[in-house]
Amino acid sequence: MAETTSFTIEQFYKFIEKGKLMSVRCTECGKVMLPPKPICDECLSDKLEWKQLAPRGKLETYTVIHVAPTQFQSLAPYAVGIVKLQDGLKLPGIIKNVAFEDLHIGMELEIEFDASLPSKWPIWPRYYFKPI
Amino acid sequence: MKGKPLASIVSAGLSKFGKMKGLYGRELFAQAAKEAYERCPNLDPKKEIQALFVGHMGESYEHQGHTGATAADWAGLTPVAAMRTEAACASSGVALRAAILAILSGIYDVVMVGGLEKMTHRTTPEVTEFLAMASDFPFEQWHGITFPGLYALMATAHMHRYGTTEEQLAHVSVKNHYNGSLNPKAHMQKIITLEDALKSRIIAWPLKLYDCSLITDGASCLIITKPELAKKYTDIPVHIIGSGHACDTIGIYERESYTSLRAAKLAAKQAYEMAGVSPQEINVAEVHDCFTIAEIIAYEDLGFCEEGMGGRLVENGETRLDGKLPVNTSGGLKAKGHPVGATGTAQAYEIYLQLTDQAEKRQVENATIGLSHNVGGSGATATVHIYRRG
Repeated sequence: MAETTSFTIEQFYKFIEKGKLMSVRCTECGKVMLPPKPICDECLSDKLEWKQLAPRGKLETYTVIHVAPTQFQSLAPYAVGIVKLQDGLKLPGIIKNVAFEDLHIGMELEIEFDASLPSKWPIWPRYYFKPI
Repeated sequence: MKGKPLASIVSAGLSKFGKMKGLYGRELFAQAAKEAYERCPNLDPKKEIQALFVGHMGESYEHQGHTGATAADWAGLTPVAAMRTEAACASSGVALRAAILAILSGIYDVVMVGGLEKMTHRTTPEVTEFLAMASDFPFEQWHGITFPGLYALMATAHMHRYGTTEEQLAHVSVKNHYNGSLNPKAHMQKIITLEDALKSRIIAWPLKLYDCSLITDGASCLIITKPELAKKYTDIPVHIIGSGHACDTIGIYERESYTSLRAAKLAAKQAYEMAGVSPQEINVAEVHDCFTIAEIIAYEDLGFCEEGMGGRLVENGETRLDGKLPVNTSGGLKAKGHPVGATGTAQAYEIYLQLTDQAEKRQVENATIGLSHNVGGSGATATVHIYRRG
């Protein structure tokens, strides 16, 4: 575990590239943050460490996007949702491999990591959700 | 302090809202300013207006930033102290808050506050992209979540938790289109039916075209003064008696609830306490209906009904023009239009008209206390203001 790497969004996505979903834990008060922030938003400490999360959870809410931004037009319509991970933290993302009529609040989803990288900023990989 | 005027509106102006072909944001702002000058013959704008606060969300639309000085220039106010505020769709709600604080500071006696946005010359994908900048980039935009998408996430959660229906969402749209049909400055003056709304194409399920506010060009402004000076300028000032402003996490996914906006609830609490009034005492309100679900959530956050009952409130007609508490008499963002930077003070403009009996066909009888509720992004900023007829 690269405990000393900086607690940045850039680093979060470097972990995603390696197939790891990482949060940041405050060693002072115990608050776990997703996304990572450089200062604990509870107690303001900067004594932090990375904490790996299980890449699965339950769908809390969802939508199917029909009118997409330019970059996502080839995907439309596509489902997106917010997933409550097993650790209680929440993460939004695209849901793949699902028929829209099967989408429902509470459904179990897991993360699929996509290590491919874009050629210009932001050079971040993506992750997706899919039914278990 | 309760109910004591913080500052007083002595005049207000609004450009025509719509697709204002060939007119830039600053020119629309000049239209709004000119109306405000003409409404207030006792004021000498060149000599007496000391500062300008102007809300503007995006420099991408017109390739133009530095909006404080630009707007002052076109409104004939150079060299006043001019500044821009940016808080996405709450840009001019925040400008109003800043203007009130400036008056309360004692430094200024008379200031202008307003907002502007020029949007319709851009393509829909461009506007979609520019508007999305109000949301979180690394975790929302990066994963294809659009602005309507964020409110759709709230709508799905609200429907699941409280049984709110797509028909109830459509009722918001039908009501606001009706009100817009009575407002000559509204972008759309078309009455629609429930069926029109329900049959419109899907943007981000469950939100359809008629659940979404309009891409509009427009500008708005108010002239506000120290309360003790208001009668010098007008016989009927409108006193601002409550002001609230709060923020929340930029990402919707970090919040405990998707069915209410914490920032809006906090801002409302501050404003009600300052004004010394309860939600039941409000006679007319302009709320931030960027999407129909947002108006339903606003009813609940503002205490117009219990949590979860917003859908029923609109379905029962209680917020119609002839209802117990008329909401969005202007047509709201839905029908009047939503030039994002102009919206906060355009809401205040409508309340000003209502409380001074100038709202013509959409006048609410005996309106004494009004409220405006302006939300930025998916709820990361909110302002609430309460007004009393002077």
